[in-house]
Amino acid sequence: MATSTSSGVSVRAPREVPVPVPAELLPAVSRATNASGRPLRRRERLAILAILVPVAIIALFPFYWMVTTALTPSSAAIRVPPSLVPLDASTENLTELFRQAPVLLWAFNSFVIAVAIMVCHIVFDSMAGYAFAKKRFPGRNLMFLLIVSSLMIPVQVTLVPRFILVSRLGLDDNLLGVILPSIADVFGIFLMRQFIRTLPAELEEAARVDGASEWKVFWRVIMPLSRPAVATVAIFSFVGAWNAFLWPLIVLSKRELLTLPVGVALLQQEFSSNIGLQMAGAAVGAIPMIVLFLFFQRHFLDGVRVGGVKG
Amino acid sequence: MRMTTTAERVPGAPRRGVRFWRRHGAGYLFVLPSMVFFLLFMFLPLGWSFVISFQKFGLAQSSWVGLDNYVSLLNDPVFLQAAFNTILYSVLTVAVWVLVAMVLATLIHPLPPRFRTFFRAAYYLPAVTSAVFIALVWRWILNANPWGLANYVLSLFGAGPLGFISDPSPFLGVSVALWSVILSSMLTIPAVGVVLYSAALSGIPRDLYEAAESEGASAITKFRYITVPLLKPITLYVVVLYTIAAFEVFERVYVMTGGGPGYATNTIVYLIWRTGFRFGEYGLASAEAFLLFIVIATISLLQFRALRSDVEY
Repeated sequence: MATSTSSGVSVRAPREVPVPVPAELLPAVSRATNASGRPLRRRERLAILAILVPVAIIALFPFYWMVTTALTPSSAAIRVPPSLVPLDASTENLTELFRQAPVLLWAFNSFVIAVAIMVCHIVFDSMAGYAFAKKRFPGRNLMFLLIVSSLMIPVQVTLVPRFILVSRLGLDDNLLGVILPSIADVFGIFLMRQFIRTLPAELEEAARVDGASEWKVFWRVIMPLSRPAVATVAIFSFVGAWNAFLWPLIVLSKRELLTLPVGVALLQQEFSSNIGLQMAGAAVGAIPMIVLFLFFQRHFLDGVRVGGVKG
Repeated sequence: MRMTTTAERVPGAPRRGVRFWRRHGAGYLFVLPSMVFFLLFMFLPLGWSFVISFQKFGLAQSSWVGLDNYVSLLNDPVFLQAAFNTILYSVLTVAVWVLVAMVLATLIHPLPPRFRTFFRAAYYLPAVTSAVFIALVWRWILNANPWGLANYVLSLFGAGPLGFISDPSPFLGVSVALWSVILSSMLTIPAVGVVLYSAALSGIPRDLYEAAESEGASAITKFRYITVPLLKPITLYVVVLYTIAAFEVFERVYVMTGGGPGYATNTIVYLIWRTGFRFGEYGLASAEAFLLFIVIATISLLQFRALRSDVEY
């Protein structure tokens, strides 16, 4: 991904919208082990770890507590003093969760929405990124400016008209209504443009000489060469869509159509006194993304550095 | 008249059009889906929401009410409190997040690569899950009962129990509930900030630190006089990023407090959602949203300007 730092970078804020920042701000990472090149003394390293380790514990504690409570039967969860390890650990809450709520259906909905949005981003963001990087046509710069300037529009200001629009299309309370207003995004277009710009023109030319159509050049030549950038766009689109809350909350209302975050938030209102059930729901929603992160850790961190996403 | 002009243009125009299309058509087709998307789902709604903000909106028909929505908002104590809460939340959390991100990145930087990877991953992990799930855990940690974890910790020091997120009583002029929400945010590690600062730190020339060390500068002196000033451009960027994020806080409020008790923890976006989608007051919700847009657009513009003039190291 380092190639795309060459001329510009965008970072996506938690509201799903990236803000471009000049690459000069984010220089390439060197492999230096020390700011001044001198190896750390043992004492220094211990002092640093004495701060970083407790902070890491604070960072990860909510997940630990989520899982611990999820594994603790409700009667034991309200014990004083609270126990830091699961007492009488059981899967009682999980069983109860699957009985009380269509959790698998919610997971399925989340998955469908996330995959659909991811595929749309991969195709449409790459197409636009390719055109902005390699094609010349009147109005190109104006269009690019327009797209980048949409960064200044908070999603919240578009909610009411979007909802009216989606309702008139008959897509309220429909997974398509969640997908449609997210089929492209600035982050992906920007990232793809930066990456494709670095690809040599000869490859395209060669394909054209062989008689390939415009689409074939894009799909068979550009896309395979852009795999690292596409991977970043794919991962961040998937995770962003899986975690989205406000828009699905507005569009979806039938219980069996909800996504995991919306459904689990609803559980909290329905079973406000059953904390075990709530934590089991939270764990079921959070764990898939954690697993994904552990698998694609490098992509995530490079993605933030190069194109950045959530806060 | 019309006929003749058309007739005159007919012989040349199509051919020119065809040539133009052969040359540039592919470009337009490639950007078409995205452009339609941005016009339909970003710019059209922006203008539309501006129009609706001057209406009393009804599904059957809407009536124009001029500036009424804006006037009533600016006289509405609930809105003013939500605005105040949002600003206080943003200022405090952003200040802490930026400081924490900078310090953590600085501490991680000199470690061997294996450690660096580990800590960056550990700090980033919470950011990959939905804010809803994190907020649910915080609601559980901060519950008012003696078995709540936060109250148990207080009891070890002989204090409490506190209502935390359910306590509207004032502390330093603001409700305990709002302090609790702010505190829970502050304790969330600013993952993106850490990663961005880490990247920026690698770009600071080593010889600056070597020179400082040869003069016997302490770690804190180096941080204060080399790291902080050289990270200024990225700091500006991180501040804007987080300020915008903080202004748009929603999940945390929705899950932890529902804006309550009373209106103690209402924020702007929570209010927009409630006004628009709980009470169906589209006009009023659009006015609220437009005020938020003005604030965020101003912050973004300031950032673009500052970045343009402040890029050199």
